[in-house]
Amino acid sequence: MQTIEQYLPEHPFFAGLGEDVIALVAGCAVNTHFRPGEHLFREGERADTFYVIRHGRISLEVRTPAGPPVVVDSAHADDVVGWSWLVPPYRWLFDARATEETSAIAFDGACLRGKCEADPAIGYALLQRVVRVMSDRLQSARVRLLDLYGVRA
Amino acid sequence: MTALTDRDRGAAPVPDPFLPRPFVVRATRQDTRDTHTLELEPVDGEPLGFAAGQFTMMHAFGAGEVPISISGDPARPEVLVHTIRDVGAVTRALVHAQPGTVLGIRGPFGTGWQVSSGRHGDVLFMAGGIGLAPLRPAILEVCAARGDFGQVSLLYGARTPEDILFGEDLLGWAGDHGIDVQVTVDNGQHAWRGRVGLVTQLIDRARFAPASTLALICGPEVMMRYAALALADRGIPKTRLRLSMERNMKCGVGLCGHCQLREFLLCVDGPVLTYDRLEPLMSRVEL
Amino acid sequence: MVDTRLIDLGGLQALIDALRSRGYTVIGPTVRSGAIVNAPISGLDDLPRGWGDEQDAAHYRLRRRDDDRLFGFAAGAQSAKPVFFPADELLWRARRTTDGEGYAVRPGHDDDGPAAEDGPPYALIGVRSCDLSAVGIHDTVLAGRGFVDAHYAGRRAEAFVVAVACSDPSGTCFCVSMATGPKPESGRGAPFDLSLTELIDGGDHRFVVEVGSERGAAVLDEIVAAPAAPADLEAADHVTEQAIQRMGRRLDTDGIKDLLYASVDSPQWDDVASRCLSCTNCTMVCPTCFCTSVEDVTDLTGSTDDRHRVWDSCFNADFSYIHGGTVRESTRSRYRQWMTHKLASWHDQFGSSGCVGCGRCVTWCPAAIDITAEAAALRGAPGSNLPEHDPLRAGTGEAPSPSTPTPPAE
Repeated sequence: MQTIEQYLPEHPFFAGLGEDVIALVAGCAVNTHFRPGEHLFREGERADTFYVIRHGRISLEVRTPAGPPVVVDSAHADDVVGWSWLVPPYRWLFDARATEETSAIAFDGACLRGKCEADPAIGYALLQRVVRVMSDRLQSARVRLLDLYGVRA
Repeated sequence: MTALTDRDRGAAPVPDPFLPRPFVVRATRQDTRDTHTLELEPVDGEPLGFAAGQFTMMHAFGAGEVPISISGDPARPEVLVHTIRDVGAVTRALVHAQPGTVLGIRGPFGTGWQVSSGRHGDVLFMAGGIGLAPLRPAILEVCAARGDFGQVSLLYGARTPEDILFGEDLLGWAGDHGIDVQVTVDNGQHAWRGRVGLVTQLIDRARFAPASTLALICGPEVMMRYAALALADRGIPKTRLRLSMERNMKCGVGLCGHCQLREFLLCVDGPVLTYDRLEPLMSRVEL
Repeated sequence: MVDTRLIDLGGLQALIDALRSRGYTVIGPTVRSGAIVNAPISGLDDLPRGWGDEQDAAHYRLRRRDDDRLFGFAAGAQSAKPVFFPADELLWRARRTTDGEGYAVRPGHDDDGPAAEDGPPYALIGVRSCDLSAVGIHDTVLAGRGFVDAHYAGRRAEAFVVAVACSDPSGTCFCVSMATGPKPESGRGAPFDLSLTELIDGGDHRFVVEVGSERGAAVLDEIVAAPAAPADLEAADHVTEQAIQRMGRRLDTDGIKDLLYASVDSPQWDDVASRCLSCTNCTMVCPTCFCTSVEDVTDLTGSTDDRHRVWDSCFNADFSYIHGGTVRESTRSRYRQWMTHKLASWHDQFGSSGCVGCGRCVTWCPAAIDITAEAAALRGAPGSNLPEHDPLRAGTGEAPSPSTPTPPAE
């Protein structure tokens, strides 16, 4: 079984980061596991964790008054979940629920923020990667807003 | 020099491309809330041979005529298969046609996918919504000669899980023909276990060698635009990216002028065109 | 060696009579409702003797000439287009079969429509060189590529064409710029059977007739036409030379395709859109416009379905409608489409310009929009009657040509 430090360089999000940086951020991380149906976090809770998915599947959902929650995104092996740990007031804006046996690495947000503030170069490197994830997700959301497969009257 | 001057009286009459051939509906299947698949047979028994990617003009008596891509197997031309989405008066009439109804068919028309030109390399199919239907014949063509191709992937985006077409085919292509089938939906329901997101987000996980990949893309124009851009960024040559374009068609035979995209008449120069020719045209508004 | 003959007014009447006796419906220019309009004729008295015209942007008037010329005017309100390519064509008729499930289709015929007694075959008298070029363009577009319009091809094959060289170009004529006139030439545009140049000097009203086909020669032999004398030929050449000098407009065609392709984002389109009413007059009077739509006409019992093909226009609001919306919703985009097609993409599609310089779109535009002025504006030049200006800036890097016209099987 690989340690977190051995696993991280293989993950696309951490590609290109030096060994010392990996060692530093690994210090903020623990292995986690979720059973099917278990929530990683819920809307409104304090957002202080950054998840890297190793195996499994996560639904990102929005609860609505009538009917089951709508799934607006999904995260799978090699995806990352959560950037609210970077954005005050550090609060989750949706639910994240495992729909399969899911193993993930959870980084403590406060710990990561501390490392970034202490060494802005690390902060910039992490921010670049987070921004890239956000940009992909934003573009995906915007184009889905067009409802291209829907029928316009 | 045309053949019109001093033409012989009594020479063979010019074939009339506007006359429909009668085809009878043999079977109909509801695929999704608004989409049906019809199986048709020619009344005169003459099979309609076609190339994957071509379309016919389908006429419903008293309702009108619309272009619909053929969604059947090119190796089985004796059955004409069309997957039709109800978006207007004519398609509504077609979608509700029961076995025994006669429809008028003209065609096949247009340029095809020419998936055989992807032999000895990788093939990437990208489908959005109803766009999977015009790609289906090309996918079947690849399945029939699977050994001639390398990595074959299908990336398919639908609106919701209930809008996914050809579910059994998808399983068969993945299970029996070694095609990497990845499906995503724009928004999912609680019970959906697959991916949620835009179809272009599936590209990163697809396995293909860009320089020797043929990519065939079909779906709403915005989806095709983003998909082509993403695939070109990944290194697939623009001449190896083929898109199926759509414009208003009235005649299907290049005579009425409706389906023009600048110099291209989509019913004869298309609907399948390569991205190198389309890129400057797709980036303009109201062209 | 070109076969040229001479006929007088009596000879022209005899020509019309000979054509009628061969079963042709003879169509020629007539005066109607203050304009020159093509209609069936039976003789010289039906022709616009002594009539001329004044044409300019949004301006058309007939005027009385001080001579008796039969063809002393420029482009009439319509070209030859409606003769071979009617505004409403019955493509086929479908009738439900007795079991109610199927239906039988039979091709439409000209005698299915109104005015069957003035039906084909047609002999056209007085076709101008620009319009002859336009018919030649339609021969390529409608009958010279992969799919052939069988109705058009049938009418064209049977038609007899008597062309006429222009003596009095109008204020909107620019056939010289488009290399389509003012004198019909064998091998340019659609073929003619006979081509007339009207001479009226010194009281001798006569016509130099150029023979363009065996069929034309045969009709001339029947009415007995003597060879033209060198003096008459010279006089005919002079008619053409002075017509060339009197063009009303100019259109610089140098690099025009690249210019239009490169002008896709030009602010000039906003300028013309502020004036264009999208009324479709230009496409109706244009001799090369060919866009059509189809309509299914049914009866109340639901047992009949007639399919008609009708003229359409890219200026119509729903021309480019696809489910989900209209591609060209703004007038700006529609004007740009029309002009780019006419002067640029036509080359890639059909191997020639789509414009023959007849000037009708300029004359009949209620907003006085002038295609020659718009082309000049896109070049950045102030007007269309100025001498040569700067070379064109670079184009968009054009795409390779799509399907090129294929000649039909012989």
